[in-house]
Amino acid sequence: MHASLKVEHLLKYFDTHKAVDDISFELQQGSVFGLLGPNGAGKTTLIRMITGIFYPDAGNIYLNGKIFRPQKDIIHIGYMPEERGLYKKMKVGEHALYLAQLKGLSKKDAFDKTRYWFEKFEMQSWWHKKIEDLSKGMSQKLQFVTTVLHEPSLIILDEPFSGLDPVNANLIRDEIKALAQKGATIIFSTHRMEQVEEICDHIVLVNQGKKILDGTVHGVKETFKKHIFSVQTSNDMQPTNAPSSFEILSQEGKEWKIKIKEGCRNNEVLQYLIDQQIEVSGFREILPTLNEIFIQLIEQTPTARPFHSTLNS
Amino acid sequence: MQKIWIILQREYLSRVRNKTFLLSTFLFPLFLVLVFAGSAYLTKESIKEYKIAVKDPTGRYQPLLTNEKTVLFSPCLTCERTQFKEQSFDGLLEFFSTDQKHTDSIRLYTAEEGGIGLEASILGQIKKIEEQYALREKGLSSGMLDSLRSTTDKWGEGQFRSYILKGSSLKEENKGLAYAIGFGSGFLIYITLFIYGASVMRGVMEEKTNRIAEVMVSSVKPFQLMMGKIIGIAGVGLTQLLLWAILIFGLSAAGSYWLSPETITQGTQGMSPVAAPGGGAAMATQMMEMQSTVLSADWGIILGCFLFYFIGGYLFYASLFAAIGSVVNEDPQEAQSLMMPITMPIIFAFIIMTAAIEQPGGTLAYWGSIIPFTSPIVMMARIPAGVPNPVGYGQLALSMGLLIAGFILTTWLSAKIYRTGILMYGKKAGWKEMLKWVTKK
Repeated sequence: MHASLKVEHLLKYFDTHKAVDDISFELQQGSVFGLLGPNGAGKTTLIRMITGIFYPDAGNIYLNGKIFRPQKDIIHIGYMPEERGLYKKMKVGEHALYLAQLKGLSKKDAFDKTRYWFEKFEMQSWWHKKIEDLSKGMSQKLQFVTTVLHEPSLIILDEPFSGLDPVNANLIRDEIKALAQKGATIIFSTHRMEQVEEICDHIVLVNQGKKILDGTVHGVKETFKKHIFSVQTSNDMQPTNAPSSFEILSQEGKEWKIKIKEGCRNNEVLQYLIDQQIEVSGFREILPTLNEIFIQLIEQTPTARPFHSTLNS
Repeated sequence: MQKIWIILQREYLSRVRNKTFLLSTFLFPLFLVLVFAGSAYLTKESIKEYKIAVKDPTGRYQPLLTNEKTVLFSPCLTCERTQFKEQSFDGLLEFFSTDQKHTDSIRLYTAEEGGIGLEASILGQIKKIEEQYALREKGLSSGMLDSLRSTTDKWGEGQFRSYILKGSSLKEENKGLAYAIGFGSGFLIYITLFIYGASVMRGVMEEKTNRIAEVMVSSVKPFQLMMGKIIGIAGVGLTQLLLWAILIFGLSAAGSYWLSPETITQGTQGMSPVAAPGGGAAMATQMMEMQSTVLSADWGIILGCFLFYFIGGYLFYASLFAAIGSVVNEDPQEAQSLMMPITMPIIFAFIIMTAAIEQPGGTLAYWGSIIPFTSPIVMMARIPAGVPNPVGYGQLALSMGLLIAGFILTTWLSAKIYRTGILMYGKKAGWKEMLKWVTKK
């Protein structure tokens, strides 16, 4: 199976400012992909190239194994930008039909699909309402529907949950998973790391236009783990002599947080605990959260983005 | 192409369906009529009647001064310049001497500014009086003078007419009609350029501030979005024009029924046979003459050119307005200052137009009607004066060709600014920045 989307050495300069600087990655069909990065990292520019709004200065984009042609492939892409809006004076139903037709659907197809999604999200009663009468959450739902209505094979969602209440956020999240299961590839761009951990299979972290991390959620956590474990004991025994294989970071009642020293193995810790007559009821590795990894990586690079000159680079 | 069609449908329908569209379509002509009628009424009202006391101890002028529409003279030898106001006069005309060698020998005192008209009419009368005295000295009696005047005064109106040579045929020139049509169509294009241009700009600003621009350009090219809007609003303009045309024809048809020669003669005969003997018939022939002069205009060329310059001028400026709209960030004042360079040539064109109507063959009129920035307004003021003279076919073709080339150029330029501007948030772009977007590949 070839990759659903593949980008190779993408480059985009604005004047002398490198918005996207040599980024490559590929996604498998049916995967949920997290595109992460701080503000101004180049995510939006990257997405705008993938959606055909910008032309890359260099590099290639392949959609389903073929070179991406913005004009023809637009129907295979559904994009919900972070800066999104609707025509306030239009009626909800008309608006959905309008956007669907602009994607290239016939009038009839647009109508049928709008009906289907409106029923699914229980929005039928909104059809004749004006957009300006919708609440923020409601228009968010409508925007999601108009993004996925034409059954795109690549769906790009930029901060899709901002402004949604938990009930509707769950609804959209379940729908994203269902769409992926049906074979759509989803790019999910956000700052909210807990959502990424929940939904994404694969992540890429960009900063200052460069890719600084690429991998599965699990793989990334493995790479950045610090060998910290949580130990739960069932008695209040204290160790008599200092452990050689680990250090205790903190202790709260019967729960210890320990860091295993480099070169030592888990079983050495357990052996030590057993030797110390400490009864272990729980032993669990604490993997870093994506948030921690994110902050750690971003802080290594200066936050103020320097303006590289294209001439000297 | 199909996407432009979908977009322009939405742009068109969303505006035409709006109640304010119908309202403004019918209120605009009403408003214009009110403005013109109102200003005519006000100028008529503002003509003041001056009551002037005449203190003429010489006795040479006072008996011969005649009352005019705006000046009433009454003799008053006892009047003083300190008290003519108390005697409810607006002014005092005092003669000190009849000797021409004396300067400052005739004085007009008024309490307030009397206006140029007052002075001119008084001076005119004094000159005429002096002329009469001079002629009488040469032996002409006042009776002979009167009969001379009455014959010469009639000269001119009946005898003089101007014609335009069209090949071998003669065409009677009608300056008044050409003036009216020229001014009317030029003014209409001027007003609509602003109305629809601003409408395009507001539409683009709405898309940007509503944040729908990015949703749209992920489905369509920015150029398609811009053109869809421009053409859609052009459709709105043409619809409005059509409705106005129907309105005018409807009203004038109704008007010509009520004011037809038969109804007028009947009406005047039936109602006031004494007051207007023959007046009805005269009015009827006047009406018929007016109708025939209106029909004598070259309507085929005028309407064709009007439509061309209406659409051409709109297309030339609309894309520029779209570009401005795409650069602005929610701040109407920013829009104002950026609009200046676009509104200036339009206003300038209007000024040239008023001059071009007076002198359709002049140099200013010629260049104004060739350069695409001003040609839609200026050329329309000249065309009713006559094609191919004074507006030659070559000129017309050049002007039209340049306008088409011009709107292609402005659209191309604007599209480049538009596609960058519409996705730009928060940052204020100046002219320098926009120039950079244009030169960018």
